[in-house]
Amino acid sequence: MGLIKRGDDPANQDLAEVEVAGVSPNFVTTKLSALSNWGRAGSLWPMPFGTACCAIEFMATAAGRYDISRFGMERMAFSPRQSDVLICAGRLPFKLAPVIRRIWDQMTQPKWAISMGACASSGGIFDTYTMVQGIDTIIPVDVYVPGCPPRPEGLLYGIMLLQKKIKGENVFDGSLRTEIQAGPDGLLLPAERIDEISEPFGNSVHQTRSA
Amino acid sequence: MTAKDSAAALGQRFGRDVLRTFESCGDTIVLVSRDRAHEILAWLRDDPAQTFDYLTDVTAVDYRDPELPLEVVYQLRSLTRKIDLRVKIPLDKQGDLTVDSVVDLWRGADWLEREVYDMFGVTFRGHPDLRRILMWETYAEGYPLRKDFPLRGQFSRAEQTRQALAANPEAHYSMEDLSIAEAFGDLPPDMRERLARGERGELR
Repeated sequence: MGLIKRGDDPANQDLAEVEVAGVSPNFVTTKLSALSNWGRAGSLWPMPFGTACCAIEFMATAAGRYDISRFGMERMAFSPRQSDVLICAGRLPFKLAPVIRRIWDQMTQPKWAISMGACASSGGIFDTYTMVQGIDTIIPVDVYVPGCPPRPEGLLYGIMLLQKKIKGENVFDGSLRTEIQAGPDGLLLPAERIDEISEPFGNSVHQTRSA
Repeated sequence: MTAKDSAAALGQRFGRDVLRTFESCGDTIVLVSRDRAHEILAWLRDDPAQTFDYLTDVTAVDYRDPELPLEVVYQLRSLTRKIDLRVKIPLDKQGDLTVDSVVDLWRGADWLEREVYDMFGVTFRGHPDLRRILMWETYAEGYPLRKDFPLRGQFSRAEQTRQALAANPEAHYSMEDLSIAEAFGDLPPDMRERLARGERGELR
C-alpha cells in the first residue's frame, strides 16, 4: 500500500482528494478484538441441525426471499469441522442427544449455538418420555429464538443478536473458548440443575405424572 | 364372498378357538385364542377361498380398564378379493404376553412386530430379530404405550439425559438396517458369493 505514489497516477487523484490532513489513507488503527470479532461475526458458517418444522423455516431463511447471506452466512457447512455456529432447528429426542453432543464436540473453536424454536429451547409441547427438555441440557447455547416455529425474521434477529454478542467478546479471554467438560456422569450440568430446568411449565403443570 | 363369510368359515373350522366375531364401523373383527392364532392366520393366508395374502398392519391395544385384556391386532387384506379382516388376540395383562410370530407367513411383519414389542412388551415367539426399533436398544424405562407408563417416563430428566448420552448412536445399525440385504440381488455374482459367507456365516 505504501508504494502508491499519490498525485502521479491519475487513477489515484480521488484518493488524494479525500485525504484528511495528517492522516494516511493507507492504514487504520483498531483493537485486535474488534478486527477479529468483525471478521468472525461477518462470516459465520452455520451447521444446520434440522429435525422438524423449524428446519422448514430455516430453509426459508436461507433461500432468496429472506437471504441469510446478507449476514455472511451464505456458506452452509454440512460438516461440523468446518462450521462456526450450530443451529438446532426443531425438537431433539433423547435418541438424538448423543448425536448432537458429538457434532458439538467435533466443531472447532470458536463456535456458538443457536437454539431455534420452542422445542429446542424448552421441549415445547413435547413434555414426554422421548424429548430432551431444552438442548441446553446437552450443549451450551448462546441464543434462544422463541416461536413455534419462529418466522425467518425471528431467526434473522437471533443471528443479529449472536453477531452483537460476538462483537462484544474479548479475543484474549481464553475462558470463552474453553470446551466445557462433561462430568463423570457424562452431563454438562449438575443432575439437579437438569431436573430443575426440565420441570413442567405452562399447560403441562395441569398434567399429572401418570397422565 | 365378504369378510363376514370369512369370519363364519373361520368359526366353523376352528370352533371355540374363534372366541368372538362382530362388526364395528363396517369392519369385521374376529377374536381368536392365542394358542391357535398362528394356525388360524396361516389358514387365512393359504386357504384358496380366503387368500388374505397381504398383512396391512400389526399393532396392539392396551385399554385403560385393567379388567380388559391387551389385544394384539392383525389387519389382513386380500388383494385379489379386495376385502379386509381384522384378527385380534386378547392377552391377559397380568399373564404371559407371548404370541407366535407371523414373520414366516408375511415377511413384512418383521418390523411391525418389533414395534409392538418395543411399545407394548409383547414377545413374538419365533421372530428372527426381536429387539427394540423406535427406542434405543438399551432403553430401560419399560414399554411406553402401556397405559401404566407415565407420560414423562419412569426416570428423572437428569437420569434420562444421562442414559441417552451414554448410548452409542452408531451401535444401532446392523448391515440389514443399511439395506445391504436389499441391494444384495443387484450385486455381481462373485461379490454376492463373498457376502453370503459374511459375518453371519449363512445365506439369508
